[in-house]
Amino acid sequence: MAHFEKANNLNEWLDQRIGLNTLKKVMQTEYWIPKDINFLWAMGMVLAATFGILVVSGIFLLMYYKPDTNLAFDSVNYTIMSEVGYGWLWRHIHGIGASIVFLIIYIHMFTGIYYGSYKRGRELIWLSGMGLFVAFSAEAFSGYMLPWGQMSYWAGMVITNLFSGGSLEAYGLVEWIRGDYVPGDAYLTRFFMLHVFLIPLVIIGLIVLHFGSLRLPHVNNQEGAEIDFEEAAELYKAGKVKESKVIPFSPVFLSKDVFVMGVYFVLFFYLVFYNFNFAMDPVNFDPADGLKTPAHIYPEWYFLWSYEILRPFSKDVGLIAFGIAQAALFFLPFIDRSPNVAPAHKRGLFQVWFWVLLVDMIVLTAMGKLPPTDPVFAFIGLVSAVLFLLMGPALFIITLFEKKLEKGA
Amino acid sequence: MGNEQKGRRDFMGLSLGLFTAAGSIGALYAMKRSWDPLPSVKAAGFTTIDLSVAKENELIVEKWRGKPIFILKKTAEMKPHDRDLVIGSDRFHMSIGLCTHLGCIPAYKKDSKTFFCACHGGVFDASGVNEPGLPPPSPLEIPPFKIAGTKLILGEEGPEYKQMLDAGLTV
Repeated sequence: MAHFEKANNLNEWLDQRIGLNTLKKVMQTEYWIPKDINFLWAMGMVLAATFGILVVSGIFLLMYYKPDTNLAFDSVNYTIMSEVGYGWLWRHIHGIGASIVFLIIYIHMFTGIYYGSYKRGRELIWLSGMGLFVAFSAEAFSGYMLPWGQMSYWAGMVITNLFSGGSLEAYGLVEWIRGDYVPGDAYLTRFFMLHVFLIPLVIIGLIVLHFGSLRLPHVNNQEGAEIDFEEAAELYKAGKVKESKVIPFSPVFLSKDVFVMGVYFVLFFYLVFYNFNFAMDPVNFDPADGLKTPAHIYPEWYFLWSYEILRPFSKDVGLIAFGIAQAALFFLPFIDRSPNVAPAHKRGLFQVWFWVLLVDMIVLTAMGKLPPTDPVFAFIGLVSAVLFLLMGPALFIITLFEKKLEKGA
Repeated sequence: MGNEQKGRRDFMGLSLGLFTAAGSIGALYAMKRSWDPLPSVKAAGFTTIDLSVAKENELIVEKWRGKPIFILKKTAEMKPHDRDLVIGSDRFHMSIGLCTHLGCIPAYKKDSKTFFCACHGGVFDASGVNEPGLPPPSPLEIPPFKIAGTKLILGEEGPEYKQMLDAGLTV
């Protein structure tokens, strides 16, 4: 065994045993973040905090929730909502958190796209981030099943039906996923397991990968400038804080994050206390009934854009379009052929592409919520769905001809 | 490292790899089987329905494997179809009552003698055939059935069902 001296205090004791001071340096005081950033750079830590809040509220819901088709609905709507002290608080935090976390994810994603934070050296950050988006989507869907209301049941029915692959008619696969011919007890208990254990585990693993893949390429900055981090770090450590282009993650960068979080949580808890219905679909307050379809089935707002890509086409074409839309964003670092790491407003046509994508996804979201019977809206939905599918090839062509920017310009 | 020693290490590595792979395949199979529908779920997958109580142009909705089953005794004016169940002189339309578009339950309209799905406006005629130009891509599905006298056993594959299956009238 290595030689150990008697420690004078707890910090020293821990430093001897787990290298606490080195750990602090590596993870906090000498993890360098560029100075040239804005509030959008705080979204990562806002997401981490929201995930933490979802875990804590989830733990309390888990203590009274019963994953059984006969008991689930009442365990949520009666036991948790009216018997458990402050049970309503955990439920509303969990519901609002699940909804708002997607708003922040979308902001975080579009920030990355705008500033080119997925380009050479940062591909893994983008890929692990997209992995997180998929894992969060699966987490949201599985969680939506648990109250076992009408929307839980019918959303489960429609989404698992997608796995039959249209004309492939793979009903065996659908029944295997459900463990039953229709969503039933086996279905509820397995989605419960996925929601409270397996998917959160995957999410935590992906968060570690996401943070890890950020370390060597470093956080991007507003100009996409290449920074000599070692030189800048030496300046900072020498006390020339003003001249240095970087700040340490903790406490300097984190204190900015905490300010943004403060503003964010004002909005968050306003929703939790005064506007929680926005995350509570009234149809889901009817218990699940396999013999009665709700008049209009639609997903939560964050899935509407991809739902709308499924809808305007015939069954098979819709499924293929839907599949492409789900996978397309993963390939962004490889479709974008431009060598420039720069904000969109310095990249000519790319800026147009960026805003068209953003607006198109908002239009798809709006159309996805409307009943499909109105021909005008159905047509707008079709056009925006086709436009979305064309955005990939368009990006390839635009960035192929993009002029290389002079660095430092 | 000598050649002999290297050969022995490669052999050990290969054996370990093969055993691990075999074990993993076994474990994956066990995991796949654990997700299969339980025997009790499958056993509950048979339903017997008495057709002698059916009245003409009145829809009966039964439940089979958690899904609604439509049974409609046809009137003389309704067009016969190869998908009909023929018992004596009576003709019945029988199908899974889920729209083939996205799985909503259509309602039966007595006056127009059609099934109408409120979700996306699909229409099926009294034989369960979808009207063209609307979202549903195919007719209402006919579940596996067996005719025993005036009774119908759902979940079992009788000769009439196999005939329909071979003729491509259902899936």
